Amino acid sequence: MDAELIKQVFIDVSYLGASVLFIFGLKGLTAPNTARRGMYFAEVGMALAIIGTLLQASVVTYTGILIGLVLGSLIGVAIAMLTPMTAMPERTALSHACGALAVTLVGVAEYYHHGAALGSGKMIAIGFEVLFGALTITGSLIAMGKLQGIIKGTPVTFKGQNAFNFALFFALIGMFFYLIFVPGQALVFYIMTALALVFGVLFVMPIGAADMPVVISLLNSYAGLAACATGFALGNNILIIGGALDGASGLILSIIMCKAMNRSITNVLFGAFGQVANSGNAPASSADASQRIRELKVDEAAEIFRNAQRVVIVPGYGLAVAQAQHAVREFADILKSKNIDVKYAIHPVAGRMPGHMNVLLAEANVPYDELVEMDDINSQFPQTDVSLVIGANDVVNPAAHSNPGSPIYGMPILEVDKSMNVIVLKRSMNPGFAGIENELFYNPKTSMVFGDAKDTMNKFVHELKHG
Amino acid sequence: MELSMLFGSVYIFVLAGFVGFQLITRVPPLLHTPLMSATNAISAISVVGAVLVAGSGHDTVTNILGGVAVASAMSNVVGGFMITQRMLKMFKKEEAQKGHK
Repeated sequence: MDAELIKQVFIDVSYLGASVLFIFGLKGLTAPNTARRGMYFAEVGMALAIIGTLLQASVVTYTGILIGLVLGSLIGVAIAMLTPMTAMPERTALSHACGALAVTLVGVAEYYHHGAALGSGKMIAIGFEVLFGALTITGSLIAMGKLQGIIKGTPVTFKGQNAFNFALFFALIGMFFYLIFVPGQALVFYIMTALALVFGVLFVMPIGAADMPVVISLLNSYAGLAACATGFALGNNILIIGGALDGASGLILSIIMCKAMNRSITNVLFGAFGQVANSGNAPASSADASQRIRELKVDEAAEIFRNAQRVVIVPGYGLAVAQAQHAVREFADILKSKNIDVKYAIHPVAGRMPGHMNVLLAEANVPYDELVEMDDINSQFPQTDVSLVIGANDVVNPAAHSNPGSPIYGMPILEVDKSMNVIVLKRSMNPGFAGIENELFYNPKTSMVFGDAKDTMNKFVHELKHG
Repeated sequence: MELSMLFGSVYIFVLAGFVGFQLITRVPPLLHTPLMSATNAISAISVVGAVLVAGSGHDTVTNILGGVAVASAMSNVVGGFMITQRMLKMFKKEEAQKGHK
């Protein structure tokens, strides 16, 4: 038994160990109290996989690797330490872009080196790798821009857009098939990569900011599948397993998000949602404007809270924008000290990514057993004295139940209109992201408090303490 | 030879996808954001592919592409796991907080 063989066995065992540890890591995430331990497993798995790879016989130079490892670690630490919790959707989009960039570069490098010598089998894998990778890079960057507000959040459309995108899509598929049979056509390969980058931009531009939870999940899935394809190209099992886990996760999350909006993936991707909503609702909104809105002063609102026994807080994206989570927690603490029951109602698509609201409230030290999922809280609204809606709009819009003409008709909502009182905190009367009128605001049970959510919450806190 | 190797890879892909599907449907919505950053860190296993390319010593272009790939994958490994831990540390139950009331 020679040293080379022992080394090879060690490498194989380290990959196997890493796969098992990744699976244990994800298993940990099925409950909050085991999640952190699970992540330690996954981290050890990753370290094992990297050490095993460094020992591979085909690795002969270490300069590039070392520079990359050190530089990447520094960037990773900086991002992890500096990103505020409110920017988590943007950070996630950016990390999808980084992951996809790595995969794409590996694919391009493999092609550059082997070129015509690649067999059809490997070309299929590298083709997938580069296609998924490249469109995920630019798609994620555009998604990040939209989340940050650098790029307009509303859908960007032009005439014949879907037709153009489909043409581009089929051109990409055509080039891919051509390369499978004639792998040596380097020019076609690089044009295909460039066009996939363009496709990523065109693919996300027409999608509105409110649909980002679906887009982020989908790009998550693509990044995983691209990593998988790398595994196929290099004949490396740990890459296939890691990528497949990520691909499955992204796919499941996008399905959950779509269900929570009662829309199909195709509708999200090709529907240009806000546009449809605007044109369809223009006449209806003028009729609504004649209805009365009841505006509430801070001391009046405080009185309503004092007399309540059960309060449900409904957070939305507006809470994240105003960074009101700490003020909200302080407010809830005061109510609880007055023996008022406080719960939070979390809609699956509230915010800009799956689980966004949970993370924000957890940051403000809200215990997670007070965060209640939609299906569980909806039966409790009839026994609720006050529902406090903070910067949420479409997820509480009763039109989803009552108005078959509404673009959100059929979407499951938080039924706040069943509670005794509804208080809505809102910046202004502008309609939400989807541009849909919300009849909840004109409901006789509803009163509105206008202004920045954080300001208003702080005023509530002050009033309840000293008023 | 290439075909049987490809089939072996498909085999692993299908089984891993199945395990992933089973596990992830059981993750509560509460933890969906940490789930996403955790799977993101796990898919940064592409660092393995990047290391293989960067260390192959083929030619300068391959080395540079590989090095950049190692850096961007590694930023996801470190950043992804750290930020997941940072988030998970925040999730507490009521009893755990009684102390500071």
